[in-house]
Amino acid sequence: MMRHPRVWMCTSLWLLIGQAQAAWTVNMQPGATEVSRSVFDLHMTIFWICVVIGVLVFGAMFWSMLIHRRSTGQQPAHFHENTRVEILWTVVPLLILIVMAVPATRTLIHIYDPTESELDVQITGYQWKWHYKYLGQDVEFFSNLATPREQIHNQQAKDEHYLLEVDEPLVLPVGTKVRFLITGADVIHSWWVPALAVKKDAIPGFINESWTRIDAPGIYRGQCTELCGKDHGFMPVVVEAKSKEDFDAWLGTKKAEAAKVKELTAKDWTLEELVARGDKVYHTTCAACHQPEGQGLPPMFPALKGSKIATGPIEAHLSIVFHGKPGTAMAAFGKQLSEVDIAAVVTYERNAWGNAKGDMVTPKDVLALKQSEE
Amino acid sequence: MSAVIEPGRVEPGHVEQAHGDHHGPAKGLMRWVLTTNHKDIGSMYLWFSFCAFLLGGSMAMVIRAELFQPGLQIVQPEFFNQMTTMHGLIMVFGAVMPAFVGLANWMIPLMIGAPDMALPRMNNFSFWLLPAAFGLLVSTLFMEGGGPNFGWTFYAPLSTTYAPESVTFFIFAIHLMGISSIMGAINVIATILNLRAPGMTLMKMPLFVWTWLITAFLLIAVMPVLAGVVTMMLMDIHFGTSFFSAAGGGDPVLFQHVFWFFGHPEVYIMILPAFGAVSSIIPAFSRKPLFGYTSMVYATAAIAFLSFIVWAHHMFVVGIPLVGELFFMYATMLIAVPTGVKVFNWVSTMWQGSLSFETPMLFAVAFVILFTIGGFSGLMLAIAPADFQYHDTYFVVAHFHYVLVPGAIFGIFASAYYWLPKWTGHMYDETLGKLHFWLSFVGMNMAFFPMHFVGLAGMPRRIPDYNLQFADFNMISSIGAFTFGATQIFFLFIVIKCIRGGKPAPAKPWDGAEGLEWTIPSPAPYHTFQVPPDMNPVHEHRKGPGDEVLP
Repeated sequence: MMRHPRVWMCTSLWLLIGQAQAAWTVNMQPGATEVSRSVFDLHMTIFWICVVIGVLVFGAMFWSMLIHRRSTGQQPAHFHENTRVEILWTVVPLLILIVMAVPATRTLIHIYDPTESELDVQITGYQWKWHYKYLGQDVEFFSNLATPREQIHNQQAKDEHYLLEVDEPLVLPVGTKVRFLITGADVIHSWWVPALAVKKDAIPGFINESWTRIDAPGIYRGQCTELCGKDHGFMPVVVEAKSKEDFDAWLGTKKAEAAKVKELTAKDWTLEELVARGDKVYHTTCAACHQPEGQGLPPMFPALKGSKIATGPIEAHLSIVFHGKPGTAMAAFGKQLSEVDIAAVVTYERNAWGNAKGDMVTPKDVLALKQSEE
Repeated sequence: MSAVIEPGRVEPGHVEQAHGDHHGPAKGLMRWVLTTNHKDIGSMYLWFSFCAFLLGGSMAMVIRAELFQPGLQIVQPEFFNQMTTMHGLIMVFGAVMPAFVGLANWMIPLMIGAPDMALPRMNNFSFWLLPAAFGLLVSTLFMEGGGPNFGWTFYAPLSTTYAPESVTFFIFAIHLMGISSIMGAINVIATILNLRAPGMTLMKMPLFVWTWLITAFLLIAVMPVLAGVVTMMLMDIHFGTSFFSAAGGGDPVLFQHVFWFFGHPEVYIMILPAFGAVSSIIPAFSRKPLFGYTSMVYATAAIAFLSFIVWAHHMFVVGIPLVGELFFMYATMLIAVPTGVKVFNWVSTMWQGSLSFETPMLFAVAFVILFTIGGFSGLMLAIAPADFQYHDTYFVVAHFHYVLVPGAIFGIFASAYYWLPKWTGHMYDETLGKLHFWLSFVGMNMAFFPMHFVGLAGMPRRIPDYNLQFADFNMISSIGAFTFGATQIFFLFIVIKCIRGGKPAPAKPWDGAEGLEWTIPSPAPYHTFQVPPDMNPVHEHRKGPGDEVLP
C-alpha cells in the first residue's frame, strides 16, 4: 500500500545519484521449503489483517481530522464514555487475535516436528566464521567470508554476492530431512538462512536443534544474526542444495580430500612451502583480528609483528596457537585447523613482516603435540 | 538554563509573592546544585535529557553515515559497534527516561495540587547521580580498548569474557542510573499517594499522573533486576564466578532471561508516560473530554501487568521448548487488546470534537498514528514462527524506532510544546513549531519506514556493511535520519527563543485544556500550591469520569 509514493521517491533519488543498484525488494521471500512458505503465508495473513485494522482506525481518525475541525465551525460533542462500545472493542480484537493464533500455532508445531532426520549436520559459530561437521561422515570444514578486503574497503568494484559469499558453502541434498545441531565456540551467534526460514542461536556450551527439507537445488544465502563482536557483519551463511546423486558424489570427494590432508602431515615440508601455505591460512583465519600486516588492534588483539610470542621460543608460540588464551578472544586452533595448517601458520608468523626467525614447526611436531595430549 | 524560571517575573499581587523574598531561588550556580525545588529539578532533567538526545543522536548520525553506502568508509567495525551500543544506552537511559522524569517533576505536583515532590532532597540526589553516571559511561569511549561494543542489550559472554576492559565502568554507570531511577520512582509514588489536594481522588487524577504512578511501580520492580544482572556480570568478569559461562556450570541464556525480565517492562516505562501526556493533549485540542477515562486507567494497568509475562518474546530463537514459545506468543499478542483500547479511545476523543492543530496536537496525532504502526509490526513480531524470520533484522529496528521515536520522543515533544507556555511564561513560535513537526515527521518516516523493507529482504541489524541489494533503501534511511537529526537543533533554537521572549502566555493558553496546572499563572511561580487548592471551582475545569461536563 505504501509502494507507489515510495517507488517514485526512490526513483528520483536514483536518477539523482545516477547509479544502478539492486531490485527494490520490499517483502519477505516465500523461500524454498514447506516451512518457509507456511511462515511466509502467516506473515502475509497477519500483515493484511493489520492493514484492514489500520485502514478502519486511521480512516476514522482522518475523517475526524478533516470534518470535525474548529475552522469549519464544528461544535464539540460532549460524550465521554459508552460501555457497550468499549466492551465491543475489547472483545472484537480478542477474537481477531484468536484467528491469528490458530495458523501461528499450527506452523509452530510443524517447525517443532521431532521425527527422525536422514542427515545430521553440526553447525558451530566461531568469531567470525561457521564450522560444519557432517555427523558420522568424517567430513568437516570451516566456511569463511570470500569477499576480498579490497571490495570491503572500496578499492575494487563490489560483486553481486558482496558479503554473502564464502570459500566453502554448506552442501545439502534436496528432498532430505536435514537436522542441524547448532552451537557456538566463543560467543553467541545465530545461524540464519531466510529461504529456509531457519534461524537459531548458536550458544556456547549448549546445542540447539532445527531442521529443513529443501525442495529444489540452488544456492541460498544468509548471515549471522546475533551481534558477535567486530566482524559480526562479515560471517555469511551459504547453503548449496544439490540433488541426492550430486550430494553423494560431493561427499565422496570431501572424504578423499580429508584422507589427503592426513597424508600431507607425513610429508617432509620445507620452510618456503610452509610459509607459502601459512600465508593463505593466516589471511583466512588470523588476519581479521591480528590484521593483514600483523600489526593487530591493541589492546584487544595484540600485534604479532615483532611480538614476544612470535619472536620468542617456538614451543610457546605453537602452544598459544594450539591451546588459545583463556579469557581472551584468542581461540584454541588445535581443534580448528589441520596439523599442516597449524605448522604452516606458526612458521609463517615467525617469518613474515620482518619476524625473520628462520625456524619452523613441522606438521609432525604438531601431530606429536596432539598425540601427547590425547 | 537559569532563564527557565525567573523569580522576578512572578506576577505582582499573586499569593506567592508574599513569600517571595524568603523562598525564591538562590543565586548563581549553587541554586542548581543544591536546589530541592521540583521545577528547578524538572528543568535540569529536561535539559540533561536534551543534551543526551543530541549526543545519542550524533552517534546515530555516525551509524547512518557509515551505512549511507555499502563498503567501509567512515568508521571501522569495532567503532561502529561502540556507536550502536552507546546510541542505544544513551537514548534509553539518558534521553527518554530522564525526559519523562523531568516532565513528572514539573507537572505532577502542579496537576495534583501539591507544593513540591514529597522527597525533595532525594529528588536533588537522583538528578545529580545522572551526570556522574553518564560521565562514567561516555568516558569509556576514550579508554584503551574502547567503550562498550556489545549492543545496548549486552548479551553475555560477548559482554563478559569477550568485552573490552572498560566494561567495568559501564557496569557502575548502569548501577548509578538504576539508583537514580529507583529514587525518582519512589519520589513519584510518595508524591502521588500523599500530596494530592483534598478532593483530588485517584480517579480524578489526570492520566499523566496515573500512567506515571504505574510507570514508577514498574521502575521499582525492574531496575533492581537490571542491577542484579550487571552485578552478575561484574562477578563473572572479576571474581571468577560463572553465571553466564557454560564451562563453569552457568548459562549464557540466563543472562537474556534476566535482562529481558527488566527489558520488557522497560519499554513500557518509556511509553506509558507518553500515553498519559497525549491523553491530556488530544482532549485539549479536540475541545472534548477524554473518551473512556476509566478504561484508560485499567488498560494502562493491564499493559503494565502483561509486561512482566512476555519477556521471552525477545528470545524466540534461543531454543525455547514449544510450550514456552506458545505461552510467550499468546501473552504477547494479548498486549494488543489494552493497547487497542487506548488507541480507540484517542480516536473517539477526536470524533465529533472541534479540532485545531497547534504543534502539541500535531505531535500527539502523529504519535497515535505512528505508534499504532509500530504496534502493528509489534503484533507481527509476536507471532513466533514469523519472528524466526524477523528476529534481529532491520524489521525489528524499524519496529522499535516506530514505537520509540514517534512514540516516546514525539510524546515528549508534544508535552514540551503543550507546557512550554506554563514553564516560560511565553508562547513558543507556532510557525517554527509546525515547521519542526513537519521536518521531524518527514525525516523520521523516511529514516525508519524503509528499514521494514530491508529487514524483510534479509538485512540483519548491527552490521556496519551490507550487500548491494540493501543499498538504495539504506541511502534513503540515512538521508531521512540526517534530516531528522538536524531538525532537532532547530528545536533547541525554538525553545531558547521561547525562554527569551515571545507573546506573554496567559494562565491557560489552550482554550480546551483542563487541569490544575492551568489555574496558576504563567510562568508558574517558584512556589505553587503552598496552600492546597480548593477543588470546588476546579471542578468546573476538570472533567473526570461521572462528572457532568459543563458546557
